[in-house]
Amino acid sequence: MNDKPYVARSTMIAARVLGDETMVMSASDSTLFTLDEVATVIWEAADGTTPLEEIVRKKVCAQYDVPLEVALKDAQTLVEQLAGHGLLLLSDRPIRQASAAAQAVR
Amino acid sequence: MTAAPRSSVVVEIGGLPIALHCDDSAFLRSIEERYAGYVGSSDRAKFDFEIAVGPPRQKSGDEDLSVKWTSGRWLIERGDFYAEFDPASSCGCIQQTANPYSLDSVLRIVHSLLLAKKGGFLMHASSAIRNGRAFLFAGVSGAGKTTIAKLAPPDAALLTDEISYVIPQPDGSFSAVGTPFFGELARVGKNLHAPVDCVYLLVKGPENKIEPVADADAVRGLLGNILFFARDPEFVKLVFSAAFDFAGGVPVRRLTFAPDERVWEMIV
Repeated sequence: MNDKPYVARSTMIAARVLGDETMVMSASDSTLFTLDEVATVIWEAADGTTPLEEIVRKKVCAQYDVPLEVALKDAQTLVEQLAGHGLLLLSDRPIRQASAAAQAVR
Repeated sequence: MTAAPRSSVVVEIGGLPIALHCDDSAFLRSIEERYAGYVGSSDRAKFDFEIAVGPPRQKSGDEDLSVKWTSGRWLIERGDFYAEFDPASSCGCIQQTANPYSLDSVLRIVHSLLLAKKGGFLMHASSAIRNGRAFLFAGVSGAGKTTIAKLAPPDAALLTDEISYVIPQPDGSFSAVGTPFFGELARVGKNLHAPVDCVYLLVKGPENKIEPVADADAVRGLLGNILFFARDPEFVKLVFSAAFDFAGGVPVRRLTFAPDERVWEMIV
């Protein structure tokens, strides 16, 4: 059972969609990650307020012919990997991006 | 009683004149020699850096580089130097040994920070102007940047064999400008600029050939060679965005070369 169902994109990244891929660069170490088509769907839906299970059910399973259980397991692995690199935030409650997005203006 | 005028040298790269002030006249002379071709007049300086030359701050100069934004200024630090740069006042300071290559590192970083605000960047690439157009040859150490620079024909003006300097133009195009930042060739680039015609991602191989590169691979190739000195979200976002803008307007191709001088028959 996932005890941190809420996922949000970190503000410490730069990202751009190119074709059906998304390129994400970590601002902490400039490492570049490439997300494939399905990962891009999850990435774009990671708004901090929609639980991962709902993202997978409404966005992934609705577009791709894959059982919910399988897709959810893969999605969980993906978000944990991305969180491990600081690209995603995981939480047991909705994540308010505004507080995380505060940046020094210069 | 009047104060003695400060001794200084203005180094202008990419249209950004930086005045370097120092009490050590011998060091200033070494700067003038090191940046020959890029020394400008003091009335053009837009940025001022005070240099204090002294013993190494740490035992080795090999410590990791650190570039941080703190309290409204950039702090740039490595074993052989410490520098601060306040973009608001356009002023900074550098503490370093008498090695001019420490200053070289500081200047590369300061230029990368200033360029990011303009939508430009520095890239691990040699570059040259031929027929009024600039060609960049990107690759990590050992990819052949210096080799292809050495093979350049007489009609090609070498901008750098190590760090290419890319600036966006008002019309959305990009220009490459010469830099004094050199690699193994140990030769200062020509102080010239030209619109970028193409970026070649270098690969050494048995024959010379140019191949197209898919959009995603082009961006990956560029991002893998662009210098991201600062671990700072705003800086990374600016440079990341600039790389995409650049890839959207400039052809990126893969250049496999033998290496021999015939490769330049394809670079026109």
